Amino acid sequence: MNKLLTQSMVGLALGFSAVSACAQVTFDRLLNSAKEPQNWLTYSGDYSAHRFSLLDQINATNGKSLVAKWVYQTGAPGDGSNGRFETTTLVVDGILYGTGQDGRVFALDARTGRPIWHYERQPPTDIRPCCGRVNRGLAILGDKVFYGTLDAHVVALDAKTGHLVWDVVAADYKKGYSFTVAPLAVKNLIIISPAGGEYGIRGFVDAYDAATGQRKWRLYTVPEPGQPGSETWGGDSWQIGGAPGWVTGAYDPATNQLFWTTGNPSPSNRGLAREGDNLYSDCLLAIDADTGKLNWHFQFTKHDTHDWDATEVPVIIDSGGKHLIVHANRNGFFYVLDRTTGKLLSATSYGNATWSHSKDAEGRPAPDKDTEPTQEGRRMCPGAAGVTNWFSPSFDPQTGLFYVNTNETCDIFSTAPQKYEAGNAYYGSAYFNADDSPGVGVVKALDPLTGQKKWEFQHLTTSWSGVLSTAGGVMLTGDAQGNFILLDARSGKALWHFQTGGEIHGGPMAYAVDGKEYIAVPAGTALYTFGLP
Amino acid sequence: MKPSVLRLVWPAALILYALPAALQAQEHNPFANDPQAAEAGKSHFRINCSLCHGLGARGGARGPDLTRPQKKHGNSDADMFRTIHDGVVGTDMPPAMGSLGVEMKDQEIWQVIAYLRSVQVKTAPPSGNPEHGKALFNGFASCSKCHMVEGKGGRLGPDLTTIAAARSLESLIESVRDPSKSLVPGYETVTIVTADGKDARGFIMNEDRFSVQMMDTNESILLLDKDALKSFKKSPVSLMPPYPASALSDKDLEDIIGYLLAVSAK
Repeated sequence: MNKLLTQSMVGLALGFSAVSACAQVTFDRLLNSAKEPQNWLTYSGDYSAHRFSLLDQINATNGKSLVAKWVYQTGAPGDGSNGRFETTTLVVDGILYGTGQDGRVFALDARTGRPIWHYERQPPTDIRPCCGRVNRGLAILGDKVFYGTLDAHVVALDAKTGHLVWDVVAADYKKGYSFTVAPLAVKNLIIISPAGGEYGIRGFVDAYDAATGQRKWRLYTVPEPGQPGSETWGGDSWQIGGAPGWVTGAYDPATNQLFWTTGNPSPSNRGLAREGDNLYSDCLLAIDADTGKLNWHFQFTKHDTHDWDATEVPVIIDSGGKHLIVHANRNGFFYVLDRTTGKLLSATSYGNATWSHSKDAEGRPAPDKDTEPTQEGRRMCPGAAGVTNWFSPSFDPQTGLFYVNTNETCDIFSTAPQKYEAGNAYYGSAYFNADDSPGVGVVKALDPLTGQKKWEFQHLTTSWSGVLSTAGGVMLTGDAQGNFILLDARSGKALWHFQTGGEIHGGPMAYAVDGKEYIAVPAGTALYTFGLP
Repeated sequence: MKPSVLRLVWPAALILYALPAALQAQEHNPFANDPQAAEAGKSHFRINCSLCHGLGARGGARGPDLTRPQKKHGNSDADMFRTIHDGVVGTDMPPAMGSLGVEMKDQEIWQVIAYLRSVQVKTAPPSGNPEHGKALFNGFASCSKCHMVEGKGGRLGPDLTTIAAARSLESLIESVRDPSKSLVPGYETVTIVTADGKDARGFIMNEDRFSVQMMDTNESILLLDKDALKSFKKSPVSLMPPYPASALSDKDLEDIIGYLLAVSAK
């Protein structure tokens, strides 16, 4: 983007005052989020899912002098029993909104961290979400904020008071359904999709009327007999086929399409009971936002037996007249697709992926012979956690680079036959770190058109932190040891770090109030903000 | 009609409520010597237990070898059920339900116990002399210079108070004869040289991308910034020297292991 334009936009943004809080967040504002970079209105910052801020007050020259501005404690136990703090906070006109563990929602003065309201909803005592009692954030639309609960409710709260507006049951938590994803608001709809791929759920993507909570459409991510794709499931396995969409997708207003990704088929690591490709698990889905109709799909991993969910954020990029969508996948390949047709343009290894050394007729990485888990155990790279995972990447239109945290791990995958029982964990497997080491984590800057690496920054161990880039020429990320780190976006050189004391498992974001830029990131069980002295 | 219906319903309800408690409270495994139950238990074990105890229950990164007849928290069926069902307070062992990654109902726990009985080794425990072993540990073999047992000893190596309950006999022998072969994570040797040329050797107590906290061979804790070091090298080699049979006889080693077994059984 033009530098002059950027500066003028930021100047305009910093001129906004917190006093003007509580204006309605219309769909038009969400569409034009770039016009108000002082705010962060959706999970990924914009509908293209760039997680890029136009704010440039904090930059590569002064970034070394960042200081902590305030810290908000969520009040969740710090022992990990309530899951990681994975939220991406939203900011609207000086008010910061976020979710904590176990159904907490909070609104804070974004200048000071002082609470404005707090909402807490006790989950049932018998919920057993697969991978922690986590929540990744909110959607905001009109005068309400929206989130999903661990017992599979969709909840709307008054954005000014935190009072409950509506609460609808989307699915039966006793069968393993839960919500951990941050919903996406599009037009008058709240889009959400469950977690539960380790519990034998049948995945779906739902749209709810933001005003009433009435469900407007549902797209099952596992087709039933008679529907296209049903032939990819053996027997009745489709009924418990998984394919949950537990990470927020992107939206293309030009074609009115949602781009939503799906997770593993169930059981995650044993394919004997579900012969076939298992559509639409591990897919990118292009969905008509008004009707929920599936326009096209692309499956990254067919008949997955390694838990390589495709639930990584898909990122919309336009380049040279091409309308693209790119995806750094858990299976170790970086995919570039034409987002109009779903045609694969390229797939490039961007991490340690030992399972494929050839491509199929469409150019999709094809599995080698003998890659399936065995009773005795088989080593495979990446491990089940993948080269990357749900934590957000970032695309910086100024550098033209795609940033993503990657992890180098391998697992021994071993099958363990298991009978399905509703609501019980349904893995069909066991897998372990193959190398008796915590693995290596690396931030990589990729050319998003080719997947080729431009620079890298090595962590001490694997990292599950999201990445943020800004118009200040910096990118920010975290590590498992609690460091929040600012890198030069062009070179990857570390310019500043701060020890938060808690593992960073969420997505950084940027906002501004009263002319001052802030960076916020969850760490441990607290939300930290940073700014210039 | 209503009273008679109630009379029928009450006993049924009592039975339903009493069933899990009965299954849980019993002294002996209802699936004892049942090969099918043991096979089912193997699957439950692989999914729920093997991350810590190893695929074949031979011990892993965080959990003891469960093929040995002597279990740290009790050998009877009822003891093992309690250990698995409730977890063990003060250790990494979680309860069977309600914790991340572990989900087993009572019946599945009994199946796991059937599996563990099926893989239990039949060999007699080592017959070392614990008293002589203790004398060697604190004297001739110099183990206590670096290892603590029951609060006494050095700090450069792992505390060995409960090691014999956690590791297989073969693993204990290997750790003495060839300590670098299966090095405990965190006990790699680190060597540093500071900007002013001072050097030190020891192990890393903690580190992140930018700093390191290490203990040197004098048991001093050094707090260092990586950027300020002239050299920082990690080596997958133990600080502990190997003890071949020429330095420590098989009989003496058996006595030392006998001592560690006696301590860990307390």
